[in-house]
Amino acid sequence: MSASLPVKAHQLTHLQRLEAESIHIMREVAAEFRNPVMLYSIGKDSSVMLHLAKKAFYPSPPPFPLLHVDTTWKFREMIAFRDQAAEDARMDLIVHTNQEGVKQGVTPFTHGSSVYTNIMKTDALKEALTKYGFDAAFGGARRDEEKSRAKERIFSFRTENHGWDPKNQRPELWSIYNARVRKGESIRAFPLSNWTELDIWQYILKENIPIVPLYFAAKRPVVERDGMLIMVDDERLPLAPGETPEMRLIRFRTLGCYPLTAAMESPAATLPEIVHEMLIARTSERSGRLIDHDEAGSMEKKKREGYF
Amino acid sequence: MDNFDPAAFAEYLSRQERKDLLRFLTCGSVDDGKSTLIGRLLYDTKLLFEDQLATLQKDSAKHGTVGEDIDFALLVDGLEAEREQGITIDVAYRFFATEKRKFIVADTPGHEQYTRNMATGASNADLAVILIDARKGVLTQTRRHSYIASLLGIKNVVLAINKIDLVGYSQDVFEKILADYNSFAHVLAFENIQPIPMSARFGDNVTQRGANLDWYDGPTLLEHIEAVDVRGAETERPLRFPVQWVNRPNLDFRGYSGTLASGTVSVGEELVVAASGRKSTVKSIVTYDGEKENAIAGEAVTITLTDEIDISRGDLLCDANQRPEVADQFSAHLIWMHDDALVPGRPYLFKIGTKTVPGSVTEIKYNVDVNTFQHLAAKKVDLNEVSVVNLSFREPIAFDAYADNPETGGFIVIDRLTNLTVGAGMIDFALRRASNIHWQAVDLDKHRRGEAMGQRPAAIWFTGLSGAGKSTVANLVEKRLFALGKHTYLLDGDNIRHGLNRDLGFTEVDRVENIRRVAEAARLFVDAGVIVLCSFISPFRSERRLARDLLEPGEFVEVFVDTPLHVAEKRDPKGLYKKAREGRIKNFTGIDSPYEPPERAEITLAGGMAAPEELADQVVEYLREQGYI
Repeated sequence: MSASLPVKAHQLTHLQRLEAESIHIMREVAAEFRNPVMLYSIGKDSSVMLHLAKKAFYPSPPPFPLLHVDTTWKFREMIAFRDQAAEDARMDLIVHTNQEGVKQGVTPFTHGSSVYTNIMKTDALKEALTKYGFDAAFGGARRDEEKSRAKERIFSFRTENHGWDPKNQRPELWSIYNARVRKGESIRAFPLSNWTELDIWQYILKENIPIVPLYFAAKRPVVERDGMLIMVDDERLPLAPGETPEMRLIRFRTLGCYPLTAAMESPAATLPEIVHEMLIARTSERSGRLIDHDEAGSMEKKKREGYF
Repeated sequence: MDNFDPAAFAEYLSRQERKDLLRFLTCGSVDDGKSTLIGRLLYDTKLLFEDQLATLQKDSAKHGTVGEDIDFALLVDGLEAEREQGITIDVAYRFFATEKRKFIVADTPGHEQYTRNMATGASNADLAVILIDARKGVLTQTRRHSYIASLLGIKNVVLAINKIDLVGYSQDVFEKILADYNSFAHVLAFENIQPIPMSARFGDNVTQRGANLDWYDGPTLLEHIEAVDVRGAETERPLRFPVQWVNRPNLDFRGYSGTLASGTVSVGEELVVAASGRKSTVKSIVTYDGEKENAIAGEAVTITLTDEIDISRGDLLCDANQRPEVADQFSAHLIWMHDDALVPGRPYLFKIGTKTVPGSVTEIKYNVDVNTFQHLAAKKVDLNEVSVVNLSFREPIAFDAYADNPETGGFIVIDRLTNLTVGAGMIDFALRRASNIHWQAVDLDKHRRGEAMGQRPAAIWFTGLSGAGKSTVANLVEKRLFALGKHTYLLDGDNIRHGLNRDLGFTEVDRVENIRRVAEAARLFVDAGVIVLCSFISPFRSERRLARDLLEPGEFVEVFVDTPLHVAEKRDPKGLYKKAREGRIKNFTGIDSPYEPPERAEITLAGGMAAPEELADQVVEYLREQGYI
């Protein structure tokens, strides 16, 4: 994004402003906290966040590790992509799994999506944050995603138990962030707060940011359940009697655990096609996430309990 | 994809790129319809997805307050408590775009108790939409929110006179409310007030003209916010670059990362570190996308300089010809945001830009009545009150008046114990320039250290007979200085004799050596910027002269605690006089060894005549008069 116009006449574009704001937030966290970490979920927002982190600290590598909470149910392509991304960024990668949950055989099928998410994602995340003593954790959440996120501060305070109190958030004025926490308390920092889904895609396109191939259309094996297309990523997906995976041209608008992430039928195989398709879409991105449908206010509830 | 036209799409993207961004907030009293207005904007600009509409219809049936219609407020009131109570507690951010502009709107709460959340939303807004319920007219919250929006520097206001349908679309009501509003708003710092009669519920004058409002020929809300010019003058202001993070990937690279708060910077330009006065020249402007020749306000870059000078987080790099002020005492406007009132004298942390400094409010000049804008005498500032105060920071900082540059003039107040953000402020002007401003760079020395501690370092030397009350008074002085936030240390026989001077006895040679070591130790403390209190009998003028000569003129304050021998002997706290009279201690001052009273002590205290507290006050008063504290 080099300035070719005469300096005085030049104004920052919308994306340049968003980029600069995110970089400012990341530098504040790196400068003020003892032990920050970046939550890396491998999705497109994480890819943008990681790209911005490289920009923020260049020529230094980002001065914090990446943390991936692995539920063991991520798409295989996501895991391969994750390892490559960390290596390219010259960052340490911490992978954490709730071993207790694995031992108890918690899966999306046996315990339902709500209990599963709570144990394998929320508990696992809290466990990892406590284990490594992180006092700040970056998340790629955006305010346009969901109603309770629209209310959240950029520096969002968490108690010792990783809980969020939405009714008593710290006032947050200008671009001055209060980074003070006591031992055990922490901050979730959201550098992408003011980005929209369209901004994310436009930025990926403009900056040529690598994303997991699952976002692009390809023929993949799927089964249809309650009107949702679920990809059969490995042999662990239990098939109902008579249920046979079929190859369909699909892609994903959002990525998570494969049994809980619905695909969409789409021929969009390039970034411009994806962005174009997004613009004419009539459903919001989180509609592909089964966990949000559990109950009204479910995201707020999860966040209070420590979910990102 | 059948209908995908790459060329048309590229053209679309480039149009998106060129769009600018307007950030605005909606505010006003409870039930004026803020959330409904935003819901209507999102709905009419077709920014709602089908699944969101379905959820909304479901929620409307459950929580809705408008009968069978869609309750748009439920779109933005995202918290459970908000939906249950039908109120807005915290600011919600919403995003929408039209062909002309992108928008981020902050929907802020109307209840007085959530004013701090309204201020949060207002601090980043270019424009305020102030809603008024046409049935109720101007309310206290209308005035409060107008005042705070103006205080935070918002220049553009839309006065949305809403629910006009409920007053029969009456032009008279509209005109009356407008006149009412203008009667107080003229004292505020708004540059442009656009009044619009509106019905958010039915969509009149939100994105489309209202069929029942023929008498109104102004713009609709959307027309106005698409066209209004809010471009700030950030790039025209002098360069301000707060250093966020020192970037040192290896020994060969030392860069300063930050975001230009204002102005522009170019390679080869001379910069100055505001607080230290050190100058250097921009060697390069580094970004991930390559080096740049220049950067403008709002850009996040890393700057390298041609000289190795001492710069760290919190420093402000500036245009060498247009420097900010440097001071440690200010007059400022303050919005208080916590249930516990602001108390003058209590230490808080102040974060301004990337710098955090300890300090306190030294005086509340007055509170502002947000209804009448009158000045009220006050001893404290309660939650949601606005006050004009004097501030004292522990060290000088570089700043601009908030009106000149919000980025370098706005600050937050943090409670040191709870770590909560308890207030926000805007600097108006410096009360006095920081003493000893180093426009010319100097090495780090005792003056700069003392300056950082908000004091002039000195050795306060208490001399007098044993039992004269030296240590008692010195202790009290130290407590008073500590309470004032000064950095002090007390040297006396107890902590010196048991450590540093453990090897010394009471022969004349040892006693001289004792004082010499104490004086050297005092000199080190002064060099560290500290006010050091020394309490020693030090009976001989020559010893005290030795101590005085080790320090620079003005750094040695001799305090003669002039207590008559009979009074001291009567006190005899350690029973030493008794032992001396009995001959069990030799060379005891006042008995068998002389005490040489000072000839020109800076302070002489009449020991035995006044209470130690009173004597301590005399010392503190002297230090204040002479500018040590």
